[in-house]
Amino acid sequence: MTALEAAHNLKAKFGDVVSEPTEFRSEISLKLADSEKIAEVCSYAKSIGFNYLVDISSVDNYGEDPRWTVIYHLRNIVNGVEIRLKTDITEEKSELPSVLGVWRTTNWHEREIYDMMGIRFSGHPDLRRILMWEGYPYYPLRKDFPLAGKPTDLPGVAFTRVTPMEGGPFVTIAGGNDSIAREPRVRVPETDIVEHNARVEAHADNKEMRGHASGPGPIEKK
Amino acid sequence: MATVQDIEIRDSAARAARAVEDAQDITGEKMVLNMGPSHPATHGVLRIVLELDGEVITKADPDVGYLHRGDEKIAENMTYTQFIPYTDRLDYLAPLANNVAYALAVEKLLGIHDKLPPRCQYIRVMCCELARISSHLLGLGAFAMDTGAVTVFLLTFTEREKIYNLAEAASGARLTTSYTRIGGLFRDVPPTWCGQVKQFCDEFEVALAEAHTLLTRNRIWVDRLRDLGVVSKEMAIDYGFSGPNLRGSGVEWDLRKNQPYLCYKDLNFDIPIGSVGDCYDRYLVRMEEMNQSVRILRQCVEKIPGGWANDAKEPVNIPDGKITLPSKQKVLSSMEELIHQFMLVTEGVNCPPGEVYFGHENPKGELGFYINSRGGGVPYRLKIRAPSFINLSILGELMPGAMISDVPVILGSLDFVMGESDR
Repeated sequence: MTALEAAHNLKAKFGDVVSEPTEFRSEISLKLADSEKIAEVCSYAKSIGFNYLVDISSVDNYGEDPRWTVIYHLRNIVNGVEIRLKTDITEEKSELPSVLGVWRTTNWHEREIYDMMGIRFSGHPDLRRILMWEGYPYYPLRKDFPLAGKPTDLPGVAFTRVTPMEGGPFVTIAGGNDSIAREPRVRVPETDIVEHNARVEAHADNKEMRGHASGPGPIEKK
Repeated sequence: MATVQDIEIRDSAARAARAVEDAQDITGEKMVLNMGPSHPATHGVLRIVLELDGEVITKADPDVGYLHRGDEKIAENMTYTQFIPYTDRLDYLAPLANNVAYALAVEKLLGIHDKLPPRCQYIRVMCCELARISSHLLGLGAFAMDTGAVTVFLLTFTEREKIYNLAEAASGARLTTSYTRIGGLFRDVPPTWCGQVKQFCDEFEVALAEAHTLLTRNRIWVDRLRDLGVVSKEMAIDYGFSGPNLRGSGVEWDLRKNQPYLCYKDLNFDIPIGSVGDCYDRYLVRMEEMNQSVRILRQCVEKIPGGWANDAKEPVNIPDGKITLPSKQKVLSSMEELIHQFMLVTEGVNCPPGEVYFGHENPKGELGFYINSRGGGVPYRLKIRAPSFINLSILGELMPGAMISDVPVILGSLDFVMGESDR
């Protein structure tokens, strides 16, 4: 049975609910008009050989109606025939039946879509967040969620306090004094004093900017 | 005199049922143990909440997402080519294979995935197989170390070092390779590379044989792995297992054979499968897969179009200025190439509207990319089917009935990587 035959089989069984198959890059896609029928269609698809669910994806058609598309990739793992089922869900509804009863692999797939897009799956016994933490207030894969993220109760890694050693004698700050200038034990021969003082002076601006001094000041000639 | 032996129940469901039964007999309190996210046996940042009755696990709840970086969101905001470095960081134990998988997915969207130059196909296959060996070696070394056999780890890391050197010679980087480009490769391999691969194969076979002598018939190893974490054929398919884990359960499914891509149909190799689906089978499947990878590598070294040094100047990129970058000399001297370069860098490869799914046989399983394009150089939606994520979803069912000391063994045999699972 080829993918096209399987598609026509599904079409014959469910009539107008299933659209005519479309082909792109030799992949067959079917669109379901009624998302409530997805579990039924999947269950029948499994009975005609599609025993392996490859993946479930979701798309946010932001600014369009219906807003969500959920995509199921089905495979017959005996002969390798693949088919894609798609169904649209409106934003007001944002819910469709779970297919957990058909393939157990969907458990985490559906949790992930709920977590990332905020589409709920009715009949899923354990619909919790999976990648984000419990209590996270947003759905990050939605198109209206900014790439840079939004602030939450948990502190961001980039905004932690200054490390305790920062500015200390053995920690280099970008643009700060180099180790010769700030290391108090470095040997400064008589001939190097001029060079050393010049270096310290060159960094004086930096010091003022940071508001604290590090390392020794200029060496006075005896 | 005949000896009497107890026969263990090989079915994990029966073990689980017996564990629950046993647990009911004892009116003890259950203990909740938080394993991970920072635990050496969790290979990254997996957290498992275990409910224990004595030493027996009665419930396991895996918690993933500690390494979530939002790769899919990032992909929607950059051109197809710009996303290649992010694929390095999915399964960071086999970056070369991830690069190939992603490039093939975008090429499928463009309709050029079966028109790649032959030399490019062979180099990509060699990259994939080197990545497979590298990933399996780390999986094996870490697995053995978690189980208590530290020596194997040292052995496998010596060999992995050589693969890193090969990756560096080809791509310039050891870990973050980003070697592929849409429609080809970043550059051809150096003239001595194929010879180095051949030398690696010779040395590696010796090391693999040594690993076999250390583990395969080792009484402790066999006792700890046999009949543990049994996944039946039906269960493996139902849970969407892929890669060595699926084949360990006895399902003959390998995308390299069943949906051949690149030049795999011109190469001879076998697909090892397990018979029981326990941890030992998954271990054996990985060991044999490494042997088969060496076999593929040897054939590629022999058959690579253009020869080792490529004196015939076989191309590695598709000769289409709208897909691959022109040579730098021409960019500075010819107007057409300058325009192509400018458009490719600023706007990306112009892809047609449509949607494709491409599944690639990665070391950890089927790494798939679903690309939903609305035209232009940026994907509208890119979904990554991460094999580690899906392989881990079975833990809640696989763990109950096992002992606490079996946890590292089951985790090691599933061979997952959290960078890919959490995306």
